Amino acid sequence: MSAAGPSQGARPLPLEGGREVRAAASVGEVVADRPEPATMLTMLKQEAKARDFLVCDANEAAAWAVALARVDMVAVYPITPQSSLVEYLAKLVATGKLDAEIVDAEGEHSVLSVLQGAALAGARTYTATCGPGLAFMFEPYLRQPGLRLPMVMSIVTRDTLTPQSVWGGHQDAMSVREVGWIQMYCETVQEVLDTILIAYRVAEHRDVMLPVNVCHDGNYLSFGVTRVDLPAQDDVDAFLGKPNINWHAALDPARPMAVDPLTGGAGGPGPRTFVKYRKGHCAGMQNALSVITEAHADWARRTGRSHAPLVERYRTDDADIALVTIGSMTGAGKDAVDEARDRGVRVGLVKVKTYRPFPVQAVVEALAGVKAVGVVDRSVSFGWNCGPLYQDVAGALGHAGMQMPSMSFIGGLAGADLTTRHFGAVIERVAHMAASGQSGATVWLNEND
Amino acid sequence: MKRQSYPIFDASGVPDDLCPIENRPNPMLPGEWRSMKPVVDRAKCVKCAVCWLYCPVQCVVERRAWFDIDYATCKGCGICATECPHRAIAMVEEAA
Repeated sequence: MSAAGPSQGARPLPLEGGREVRAAASVGEVVADRPEPATMLTMLKQEAKARDFLVCDANEAAAWAVALARVDMVAVYPITPQSSLVEYLAKLVATGKLDAEIVDAEGEHSVLSVLQGAALAGARTYTATCGPGLAFMFEPYLRQPGLRLPMVMSIVTRDTLTPQSVWGGHQDAMSVREVGWIQMYCETVQEVLDTILIAYRVAEHRDVMLPVNVCHDGNYLSFGVTRVDLPAQDDVDAFLGKPNINWHAALDPARPMAVDPLTGGAGGPGPRTFVKYRKGHCAGMQNALSVITEAHADWARRTGRSHAPLVERYRTDDADIALVTIGSMTGAGKDAVDEARDRGVRVGLVKVKTYRPFPVQAVVEALAGVKAVGVVDRSVSFGWNCGPLYQDVAGALGHAGMQMPSMSFIGGLAGADLTTRHFGAVIERVAHMAASGQSGATVWLNEND
Repeated sequence: MKRQSYPIFDASGVPDDLCPIENRPNPMLPGEWRSMKPVVDRAKCVKCAVCWLYCPVQCVVERRAWFDIDYATCKGCGICATECPHRAIAMVEEAA
């Protein structure tokens, strides 16, 4: 990262695309001669204008997104591979670039409990966790969507214990797929930054009012450094608007109410009241599908950066067979598709970005023209002896009455590489499946590595 | 005594299938779930106020010569009987 500190002013870099690009200031830089506060404010404003891009990993990009979203309160507890994200947040708060209360809680259970109180008091909130931290957070994590409290929480995805592992995999996020949070999985560092900002818009939409997990792959995205374009603060402010988190449920002396009283049971209005809230939650999840789509479109209009909101189709228009991927593996998957296309194999790829709510219609439409599909997961569904994304895709195809051979491929567990070679093998197997009509048992891609 | 500082929150503008909230005071009082009730022996009570101090629901009522219990709000936890230094409070089973 280039260092153009506030005391030096912005240093112009060569013109790119007709626009003058200026170097970004590092999060943790130390300013030797600290100017007077008034001068400091002017300099920070100049610096903010100058900061058009960063060269950083997704943990740092996520922290910048939090600052751009003008989050009121963050509560954090570090855990690999999320730890540096917490450190970046703390540095942004310490340097005044993120004007938020930061709570270093004693554990993840307290982290989310603190933020629920803050949200009920009206704050826009953020945290990040993964793996064992997410497990320790589970009790308030279960409660959050039922309270219909919007927030954004990054899961820097990590494989779960045991066997002991500190590396990437989707097992943690996938293990909480039925809790009722919205889950979006990112492919690139840029997508992480943009999606966190989009996620606030989705979470706080009155037809949704749900918490959102923005998942980015541990190691590959969390520590993979690349160029990231930063949106202008004015654009983000206009995109997100002023938060109104607690219009429906509040800790507010001026609006006395009990939040989350005992509901349900077998007697009186209990059964129908409980069902009403469950159905409301399901409706919020379904509403999210169109809100996510609209929010991505508006983001593209304002920033010029477009990401597929629900599923992305890559070279599927004339495809005979398709791969389905999720998360950062998609890059290698697309490369493998290109290589196979060069050999004359008509293969396409469908990336699932929004995983919860599951975009059944979009997946069915994306796979409508193919003869066979292979789904690649970075996690395991122990109940079905396949990948969880495969379960969902198979369910969607069955729901639509589409008969086609399909198979589950599992790879990239606990930090294992998913390379173009692995995807090449998947494409070969799926092509064979299309020709023979015969599917097979789950394939473990790193089994012989 | 004024029991409500602010007007009751009007929840009519909030959808009733979002977060469960309650804006009406619950008419149920803790006395309804009591199985044992504390009974004060006036002859033994010296008004030391230990029961008054310890009662978690603040249902101990001061009389001129002794402390009594408000049975509408007493949930029968028995802390007063345990803490009374003069053994002036007995826990008596409620009639069915």
